[in-house]
Amino acid sequence: MNDDKLIIGGKEFTSRFILGSGKYSIKLIEAAVKDAGAQMVTVAVRRANTTEKENIIDYIPKDVTLIPNTSGARSAEEAVRIARLARELGCGNFVKIEIMKDTKYLLPDNYETIKATEILANEGFVVMPYMYPDLNVARTLKDAGAATIMPLGAPIGSNCGLATKTFIQILIDEIDLPVIVDAGIGKPSQACEAMEMGAAAIMANTALATAGDLTLMASAFKDAINAGRKAYLAGLGRVLTRGASASDPLTGFLRN
Amino acid sequence: MENNYFIDSEFLSKEALERKHRLENDPSSRTNHMEYMEGMEKIDSDICSKVISQMDSYDYSKYTCRDVMAALEHETCTIEDFKALLSPAAEPFLEKMAEKARLETSKHFGNTVYIFTPLYIANYCENYCVYCGFNCYNHIRRMKLNMEQIEHEMKVIAESGMEEILILTGESRAQSDVKYIGEACKLARKYFRLVGLEVYPVNTDEYKYLHECGADYVTVFQETYDREKYEKLHLMGHKRVWPYRFDAQERALMGGMRGVAFSALLGLSDFRKDALASALHVYYLQRKYPHAEMSLSCPRLRPIINNDKIDPLDVHETQLCQVLCAYRIFLPFVGITVSSRESAKFRNGIVKIAATKVSAGVSTGIGDHESKYEGKESDKVGDEQFEIEDSRSLKSMYNDITDEGLQPVLNDYLYV
Repeated sequence: MNDDKLIIGGKEFTSRFILGSGKYSIKLIEAAVKDAGAQMVTVAVRRANTTEKENIIDYIPKDVTLIPNTSGARSAEEAVRIARLARELGCGNFVKIEIMKDTKYLLPDNYETIKATEILANEGFVVMPYMYPDLNVARTLKDAGAATIMPLGAPIGSNCGLATKTFIQILIDEIDLPVIVDAGIGKPSQACEAMEMGAAAIMANTALATAGDLTLMASAFKDAINAGRKAYLAGLGRVLTRGASASDPLTGFLRN
Repeated sequence: MENNYFIDSEFLSKEALERKHRLENDPSSRTNHMEYMEGMEKIDSDICSKVISQMDSYDYSKYTCRDVMAALEHETCTIEDFKALLSPAAEPFLEKMAEKARLETSKHFGNTVYIFTPLYIANYCENYCVYCGFNCYNHIRRMKLNMEQIEHEMKVIAESGMEEILILTGESRAQSDVKYIGEACKLARKYFRLVGLEVYPVNTDEYKYLHECGADYVTVFQETYDREKYEKLHLMGHKRVWPYRFDAQERALMGGMRGVAFSALLGLSDFRKDALASALHVYYLQRKYPHAEMSLSCPRLRPIINNDKIDPLDVHETQLCQVLCAYRIFLPFVGITVSSRESAKFRNGIVKIAATKVSAGVSTGIGDHESKYEGKESDKVGDEQFEIEDSRSLKSMYNDITDEGLQPVLNDYLYV
């Protein structure tokens, strides 16, 4: 278990919880880092574009990897511009691509995401694309140079859990990149479920941001993610889908 | 129950008074409010007919508590559910509506509340809108800031920490032309992260130009969606043309603006129908332009200079709260702005339920930010459009929002 590391863009992480960027506060970052053990925190570049005294970037501990995201981008072109701006701001080489042309559901645009991934990977970025879980798109993203695949579990902020479970499982089975479930995870049990399936990490934000007790919820996520990871590594036992198996097996006659 | 809007200024000439009275009393002296004036662009759109047919057929008296309870239970709020939530039958369920609204707000916006401030740069107006302090027959101190004065105002505001600004003018193309507004936008880009506009409606190519100058949000208040009533309130000027105003947001989006804001001025006509139409205007336009950001305001009528008797009639705080909760439940993803026309108490309460944006450090006058922000007196200022109720500064608004357990946000925007 101690050797179990998540490697993205050549960097090693022991934590498999990543803090998302939707709803932000200084307290949330503290809870995510201290209590949930996050080693990666995403920051919306548009939220860092402020002269406000409380600029989020200043509150992120130095040993935490900053992942700027391109939220607000409506096309590949805009995402590329935001990513370059993030690099100029000193946010490093990591970038999470978020391209939404829909303000109602905030669902990612896979086509534009592929285009942006290709451009930014060529420019040396460690590209983490947020995407709708489609196997063909995931393969294309990998070929375009993505460092991870980040399929959504459910619409962002919905706390619906793994609405796309079947399709995420296909990505985990078929894509040789870390698959990080992003968006929709509302409860620790859902995070645990995704980890049991073989997800490499979980990204969450709303579930923590809107919890009654932030620090307690953060540590609950940490425990759940660890439990799920251990179960995955241990190899899940048989699952009986319908009641118990017959005590007198149908093929019992073969034993005689 | 009606407001008495008509006030005669002693400074008007005999001819002007005669013309004013004729406009007020003789409908045949007024132009056709459904007919476009010269130079007004017509676009091909079916949004208006969709909104109007829903509004015209809306009979809110037929909804019962059963419809309201069903609406509150549904996972997605349909148009029919929304109509029930706006009806009088929903009033006893206000607390339940507020609970549901708060849940939706927190899912989509977390604890954040955005803060902005308006900047009026001119109050010249060519319209006679009977309820508005800037109307051309109202005797007020008129003023138009030059670029130097605008920059000075912006500096004062920016120094207070504000990052989002909404530039407003009275509706006069002659006094405040598109070029003038564009230059103001270019200046604003130097001092602010986000520049919004609330000016007279313009054509698509003009919105495109203003976007290139740095503006990215356009607010146009329809005032009332009731065309008959609109005709009786907007007696003269280009603002009289109802359909050109209705399509303003769509033209703004066609011109490349990122977001658009909508509103009816509650108290002018039947507020339930106006609230329905405002929300459906957003709803249908969002379906056609899914990438656009949309927001709703919910202003009520206020007293104006020279007429302190104007009030929002049957739209009390309870009804306003009902409308805002219904908006949030029906359109969980849209921004909701609550104006400084409302009291600090109301605004503090509503940001916990449905509102996501409030103004602070507000003046609806012209060129008076230094006197208001720093206590420096100046006699060269233009009069205000309406009386504000909540005069909190950015600092006290910021602190109050924090004290309510919410997170004030000054900006989360990039011009790309």
